[in-house]
Amino acid sequence: MTRFILRRVLQAIPLLFIISIVLFFLMRNMGDPIATMAGRQITRPADRARLTRQLGLDKPIYVQYIYWLVGNDWAKTDMDGDGIAETPGTRKGILRGDFGTSLVNRGKPVIQVIGERLPNTLMLMLASEVIIIFGSLIIGVYSAIRQYSAMDNLMTALSFIGYSMPIFFIALISMYIFGVLFQRWGLPYLPTVGMFDPKVGKTAGQIALHMVLPVLSMSIISFAAYSRYIRSTMLEVMNQDYIRTAKSKGLPRREIIFIHALKNASLPIVTVVGLDLPLLLGGAVVTERIFAWPGMGRLFLDYVSRSDVAVVMGILMLIAVAVIAFQIITDVVYAWLDPRIRYEK
Amino acid sequence: MADAEVLTTKIPRLSQDEIESPPLTLSQLTWRRFRRHKMAMFGGVVLILLFLYSAVGSIILPESYANFTDTTLRLQSPTSAHPFGTDAVGRDILARTIYGGQISLLIGLTAVIIETVAGVLIGALAGYYGGWLDAILMRITEAMLNIPEIFLLIVMAKEFGGKIPSVNFFGREFSGSVIVIVMIIGLTSWMYLARIVRAEFLSLKENDFVLAARSTGTSNSGIIFKHILPNSMAPIIVSATLGVANAILAEAYISFLGLGVQPPTATWGNMLDGANSYLESAPWLWFFPGMLILLTVLSINFLGDGLRDALDPHSRAV
Repeated sequence: MTRFILRRVLQAIPLLFIISIVLFFLMRNMGDPIATMAGRQITRPADRARLTRQLGLDKPIYVQYIYWLVGNDWAKTDMDGDGIAETPGTRKGILRGDFGTSLVNRGKPVIQVIGERLPNTLMLMLASEVIIIFGSLIIGVYSAIRQYSAMDNLMTALSFIGYSMPIFFIALISMYIFGVLFQRWGLPYLPTVGMFDPKVGKTAGQIALHMVLPVLSMSIISFAAYSRYIRSTMLEVMNQDYIRTAKSKGLPRREIIFIHALKNASLPIVTVVGLDLPLLLGGAVVTERIFAWPGMGRLFLDYVSRSDVAVVMGILMLIAVAVIAFQIITDVVYAWLDPRIRYEK
Repeated sequence: MADAEVLTTKIPRLSQDEIESPPLTLSQLTWRRFRRHKMAMFGGVVLILLFLYSAVGSIILPESYANFTDTTLRLQSPTSAHPFGTDAVGRDILARTIYGGQISLLIGLTAVIIETVAGVLIGALAGYYGGWLDAILMRITEAMLNIPEIFLLIVMAKEFGGKIPSVNFFGREFSGSVIVIVMIIGLTSWMYLARIVRAEFLSLKENDFVLAARSTGTSNSGIIFKHILPNSMAPIIVSATLGVANAILAEAYISFLGLGVQPPTATWGNMLDGANSYLESAPWLWFFPGMLILLTVLSINFLGDGLRDALDPHSRAV
């Protein structure tokens, strides 16, 4: 097992290099970082040249990549434009934990920019994930044990609709019903945008209230895929010999379903959850945009449009590392849960 | 002579029903299985209606009408003159959903062509040749899969957006952003297909018919495209069908974020851009395009599901 983990980690390293190179080259033409840095003021050509040198944008792309990767404190930069490199660099590079500094926030470290938004996203996404897992377990198991019942067919139809639903459409519909129509009818209504009411302040109750609609929207579209998956693994397990044995020795139905069957049926779900979890880091770009939730997805959108390369690269690399790490963890957990699986070599 | 007649009359005659019907060809079998799939038939019919909606509609209402702005008619709720209402600059939403549908469906179909060509080529090369080529191609595939598609789409839309001028095609002016969106959707979605095709090639290339083809001197490209590829068509067709739904959704997401197809060219996605601001005052603004996207994607998913069952050679249902 140790060898398996080690091999997977070693394989992940070249993969991360490929990802970072591809992304870094894509980032190059993303806009004008100098304009972002200088703000609204019209920069003089001399200032422009100085900022270009300061950001290292005058260097060839591979040099920029190396500086981003391992830093430039070992090299000297020509700051004043007289052709002599004299100022030593200050960047340490991503390999030494320095993600660089944000342009939009005037030199604030990228880690700090991301760190401020990460808890908001995680709060929203973990709440959704918990509801999705429990909700789809209930729907999936119910559909499996009452296969082809009216309820099962209804759930099948609904899950097809949920699966085909663009998130912004369900978000707009739920905002319209629970935010607008409820208010119009004089019912208690839900807030549609933001994280808290500025008049009340950032209290736990306010945040929970503002989380209801985004969580609801994300759950509805994800119930579909998860519950169908659980239904099919549950059906597979229910037809196995050991379930028949359990039935014939007279175990209560409840015990058979929830202890004997569900335990084995939930194994493959570990994979699905494990592969979905790292994506929570990035948040749901569209959902956060609609509900004006100050999370990572919106951070990404805002900073892409202002071509803040350091922050955008930081977010993307964070997601890539998380995806790979969770792939390895999922494989390990799966082998640990299911003794039939052995990773040889 | 008479004896012979007696003999033949003694042979029991089969009635028309008892005579075995001629064996069905593969496509007949597939069609028979597909027809039984009620949801798939429903999806197919709805899709044809949607195509007719955007095709016939454009004959009745000219494109200039769809892009005609009349600011005195801003945000009118549905009336008989404007059955779907008007948008924030007074354009008729019905006409825009017709022309938007054309672009959305066009983007869905063309993006899938790019996706399929890229996925099949990469999967086939990796699966057939193996070795270092396989290693490199699959590492690139994995690298692409490790970044969620929406992030890649946003980065690429920002990178290539606004760099291609408008083009004339079939006598209509298309915003260059349509081509950009088609390209980036195609180039960020081929990975799953490449993996499927690679797996198919890995198992099919061990078959005797490949050995036979090789021993008669067939070239590698002949073996790949004439012998192995036709045998792996079923999963490719299913994946391409579902790919159309994903491409339409991807276009909707990216246009919704304002990074996709630029107005005045309408798509169902960019009609929803800014719908947030009119959530309360003009629900018709986002309801009709949203509903059309949902209906299209749903129908394509039904269709793909039916095709998956119908094309499955292990399926015994006739």
